[in-house]
Amino acid sequence: MSEAVEAEVKTNPQGDPVSSAPVAPPAASGRKDPHGDAKKQREVTADHMFFEAPREREFITGSEAAKEAVRRSNVDVAIAYPITPQSETMQLIGVLYGEGYVKEYYRGEEEYGVMSAIAGASRAGVRCFTATAGPGTLRGIEPIASWPGHRLPAVAMFTCRVVNAPLAIQPDNIEIAYLLNCGMIVFHAENQQDLFDYIMKGFIISEKNDVTLPVGVACDGFFVTHARGYCSMQDRSMKLPARDPYRGAVPVLDAENPPARLSRDAPVQKSNFMAYNIHGVWQQEVWAAVERSRKYIDYYMEGLVEAQNVEGADVLIIASGSAAAQSREAVRLCTEKGIQAGFIKIRSLRPFPTNELRQLCAKAKLIVIPEFNYVGWLAKDVATAIYGFSKAKVVAGPHVYGGMSMPVEMIVDEVECGLTGKKSHTVPESHIMGTVDPAAMAQFMKSI
Amino acid sequence: MAIRYNIRMAGVGGQGVVTGSHIFSTAVINAGGESTIVPFYGSEKRMAPVESYVRVSNEPIYEIGEITFPHIIMIYHPQVITHGKSYTNPFYFGLKQNGVALINNNGPMKFDSDQEAELKALNAKLYFLPATQLSLDVAGMDLATNMAMVGAIGAITGLTNLEALGTAVKDRFLGKGFVVSGGTAALDSVVERKFKKKQELIDKNLAVVKAAWDYAVENGWTAGASSMADQTKAKAMA
Repeated sequence: MSEAVEAEVKTNPQGDPVSSAPVAPPAASGRKDPHGDAKKQREVTADHMFFEAPREREFITGSEAAKEAVRRSNVDVAIAYPITPQSETMQLIGVLYGEGYVKEYYRGEEEYGVMSAIAGASRAGVRCFTATAGPGTLRGIEPIASWPGHRLPAVAMFTCRVVNAPLAIQPDNIEIAYLLNCGMIVFHAENQQDLFDYIMKGFIISEKNDVTLPVGVACDGFFVTHARGYCSMQDRSMKLPARDPYRGAVPVLDAENPPARLSRDAPVQKSNFMAYNIHGVWQQEVWAAVERSRKYIDYYMEGLVEAQNVEGADVLIIASGSAAAQSREAVRLCTEKGIQAGFIKIRSLRPFPTNELRQLCAKAKLIVIPEFNYVGWLAKDVATAIYGFSKAKVVAGPHVYGGMSMPVEMIVDEVECGLTGKKSHTVPESHIMGTVDPAAMAQFMKSI
Repeated sequence: MAIRYNIRMAGVGGQGVVTGSHIFSTAVINAGGESTIVPFYGSEKRMAPVESYVRVSNEPIYEIGEITFPHIIMIYHPQVITHGKSYTNPFYFGLKQNGVALINNNGPMKFDSDQEAELKALNAKLYFLPATQLSLDVAGMDLATNMAMVGAIGAITGLTNLEALGTAVKDRFLGKGFVVSGGTAALDSVVERKFKKKQELIDKNLAVVKAAWDYAVENGWTAGASSMADQTKAKAMA
């Protein structure tokens, strides 16, 4: 297969930095081709890559895991804005460009420019990747929120940081709350391995014909991006099949089909804008596409949730991202104290595992939802999903924010308080649902 | 049942707190256990507060971030307590019931009455190790203070052994190298010049590790039903 691939021609070969004059390619000598290994990569099917290819375990940072995922994902364009506080991810993708694994790479003006350029590149039909964090996510959110409506497949990684002043450099995943309502698919990685898998699988799910949507892969920055963990990876001589632009739900940009076509179409147009009903239908279709991605998430990612010891457990701890890692330890401490606690990790935040949670939570008496943000966006989604399907008391907490670590003992405390009725140290009563106090319940429901 | 110790190490810049945590963590892994470390410090300068968090277990560790409620705290420099040079004040904040505090000081320190009462209520075991003195006596310099702390905690927890610690020290100075930062790399080269040869450096470091291990054993910190080393053995046998 690799013989059939044409020799690569750069559309913008790097020129002399001072004169911008093109630099003559080095004379053919015995020197090793820096792109040599990348050229030898062969395409394999997604199924082979994910389910059959042998893997080797390495001890790497989350940023390195993202780099290795992109190396194996046949990415055409990566665009960086190296904001601080971010992570080394986009710098490492630059290394991949140097090695020929990514075809085009440049630094944007800022995040608005980066996210807009990703839109253009994806519309042109190529596979795109970018990463940002915290304030960068919010600066880029206007174009990000427009990606789903334009039906643009791409993978964006969000290494969550604090967004509100004063800035901090450790994680607080409040920015995910903003991404949840864009119409994009959102996964939340617990560790380096998740980050690696979700990025690669994200490309494949994103480009499915009946999905054709961007995928956001979020992780809690610093704890995942800067820390090392074990990551099992396929051999780097393999890559995913290239994006087939003509499989998408909408036509890609070409000279015969100008992108302005949509707004020039008479039935779609009312005055200078789309008719409201057409726009309404368009939004419905975006969210219907989010729904249709469920089957692919089930197939490639073993489901929207991971559940452990749920059967027969009175107590469930539900978490995503780094809070899931802490929750695994909380379950262990609960067991040592003689409390049987089950654990549910939510891999996919959009689409949200509504039916899964309704089934898993049906018999629970207490649900504790620890989060690395102030507002408790996950608890609100869980409570809304299971309302009427579970009689469990739901504790929207404990919460840490501003970059604090979450002591595992905090989660165990909430389990004990929830079971005994003892007053919690950290979770206000207004964040505990299902207790007999209707005023506190009303207060919480008001904020949903 | 998982054996699990969360260890908070506090010291000051230049003492090798992060290096010590890395060596101890590696030594636990060398001895067949599981371990993770999380260093925490501000600007890199001598005598500025440094904390490093080490989790050790015989089972996989998922937990991340700083350790707020440690089983063990290690104070590398008395000024952490006397000058409050720490991100955590008082130094025993968050220590679990029946926890251990290993403090580098020549003999017991006196705390104010409130602190005495709180430590008593926690039933905390306070072990005062003359780590800097051991380093001076055995290696002829104070830069192996961290080795003394690491040797003593190895004996106290029973989760590693002298051989695994020796391999970890050699890895640190001869292996691929774990470069924490530019500042640490610069300090490494200073240390190396002072010891003339790396082998001499390793030998002296290991001698300090051994001296502190023996000190902990001789003082009964590893003996008795309540000792962590014994609990580790009991759990391992059960």
